[in-house]
Amino acid sequence: MQRSLWVTLDFKPRSFLQAICHWGGRQMQEFSGRHARQELERIYAKDSRRVFATLVRLLGDFDLAEEATQDAFAAALEHWQVAGLPQNPVAWLISTGRFKGIDALRKETRFRSLLPQLANESDTRQLSEEDIQAEEIDDDTLRLIFTCCHPSLSTTANMALTLREVCGLSTDEIARAFLCSSTTVAQRIVRAKAKIRDARIPYRIPSAEDLGDRKHSVRRVIYLLFNEGYSATFGDSLTRPDLCAEAIRLGRLLNRLMPDSESRGLLALMLLHESRRTARTNAEDDIVLLEDQNRSLWNREQIEEAHSLLAVDNASQSRSVYWLQAAIASVHARASTGADTDWNEIVSLYDQLILAENSPVVALNRAVAVAMRDGPQPGLVLLDEISQAGVLDDYYLLHSARAELLRRSGRFPEAHAAYDRALQLTCQGAEVRFLRRRRESLPSNEDSIKIP
Amino acid sequence: MKYMLLIYGEECERSDAEREACYVESCALAHDLNANGKYISAHPLHPTSTATRVRLRDGKRLITDGPFAETREQLGGYFLIDATDLDDAMNTAARIPMARTGTVEIRPVIEITGLPQAVTAA
Repeated sequence: MQRSLWVTLDFKPRSFLQAICHWGGRQMQEFSGRHARQELERIYAKDSRRVFATLVRLLGDFDLAEEATQDAFAAALEHWQVAGLPQNPVAWLISTGRFKGIDALRKETRFRSLLPQLANESDTRQLSEEDIQAEEIDDDTLRLIFTCCHPSLSTTANMALTLREVCGLSTDEIARAFLCSSTTVAQRIVRAKAKIRDARIPYRIPSAEDLGDRKHSVRRVIYLLFNEGYSATFGDSLTRPDLCAEAIRLGRLLNRLMPDSESRGLLALMLLHESRRTARTNAEDDIVLLEDQNRSLWNREQIEEAHSLLAVDNASQSRSVYWLQAAIASVHARASTGADTDWNEIVSLYDQLILAENSPVVALNRAVAVAMRDGPQPGLVLLDEISQAGVLDDYYLLHSARAELLRRSGRFPEAHAAYDRALQLTCQGAEVRFLRRRRESLPSNEDSIKIP
Repeated sequence: MKYMLLIYGEECERSDAEREACYVESCALAHDLNANGKYISAHPLHPTSTATRVRLRDGKRLITDGPFAETREQLGGYFLIDATDLDDAMNTAARIPMARTGTVEIRPVIEITGLPQAVTAA
């Protein structure tokens, strides 16, 4: 049966043409209107997940909505070349998808349990295109985001589900992004969807009283996705650009649908990090330190966008944690060379960040900033305080930062030991190569004696 | 939809006065839920030292005492509630006094047909 092919193969095409090629060549030949086809391609890329988000609400089930979405696009391919583009293509697709979904509900036993729920709603028959409002579609996208990022699902499930349902990535693409098997990702998504259904995770924008916490969960998932892409925890390549691009896309979406200081800060933060992507590694995929990066490679467009996002809340009294982190990245972005960096400003922003979120990782970063401003010794004193607290003992960045400051103090044997410890704690290819290089470039013990 | 809220906590760490205060607060919560049509039942349980385990293997009854696993948190009571969805159930769970010191686990209840209608105690 052709109509459920995508679902049985767990195939989620990103491009509509890809979908149709996968689906079968017959429709492809019949589709002669080049303009209509291009238009459909464009709508698929831009709006298929929005159509899906609304169909989840109208049909009450993720899988059914997925099939209905694909069916609606297949129907559009047939109808639009004859009848031309409808006035409101997205509304047409939703209305058609809903009809196809209800049809499937009646025909297929696997969906039959959903029918009573739907029958309660007065009009299972007609939903005119005029009834479908753009605002409502935006709200549906938010509902989808909040459901995928629900705190009752595991973080890994949040991330996989968001990439799959909101971004429309296939399980294969998600598996590649997380360096695990497609089966693992597929199982994770199936389990998460079963929990959404069985535990009845609501498909709605949280109530005002829960909204703050829940927006926090959404931003956390988006930032985790970005970080996973930006500094892969294992594997050979340091960054996985696809994940970063998806995270930024989600950040933009959230900022468009729910503009607030935190969302602007998060988007600015991701853009500022992303702007340095090409400068972060050399041709051999090895890490280039911030101070050594070729700043002409930094993406000015992304930096400008981030700066205008940050400017909105510049005068605000309550600067969010994301805003402060972005502001720190922005200080780097404004310095034309590493030596020009305003470390005073950075330390002051870290002081504010510690007030907002006192975590050992923030303290570690602040210690490095202090070392850059005042020299390695005061930085080492702060690092030792953090070490004594013990919580970051297994965090390789603590040991690599310590190694770096010890090197700058001329304490090479201690620096060597600290690099050793850092190397025990990371298995990410580029980071391992970087730490080894730094360790090997240390002067030998005899050299260290000669240093005054 | 029905949800079972299973309340886990460390046993014997509370004084009688604290336990009494917890019962009073739980009762108030139950009354509030009842007024909103969300209450089905709730009970605290005696500690695991009073527990008995029954297993039937090859037709033989095996009786053992005490908790199955030496975990720190033990099942100490439950609320069975009606809630519109998981968010609603989560909000109720957060109001159970033991959520502040222990853990409340929310389990959606499977509705099966053919069960008798229980005589509800007043």
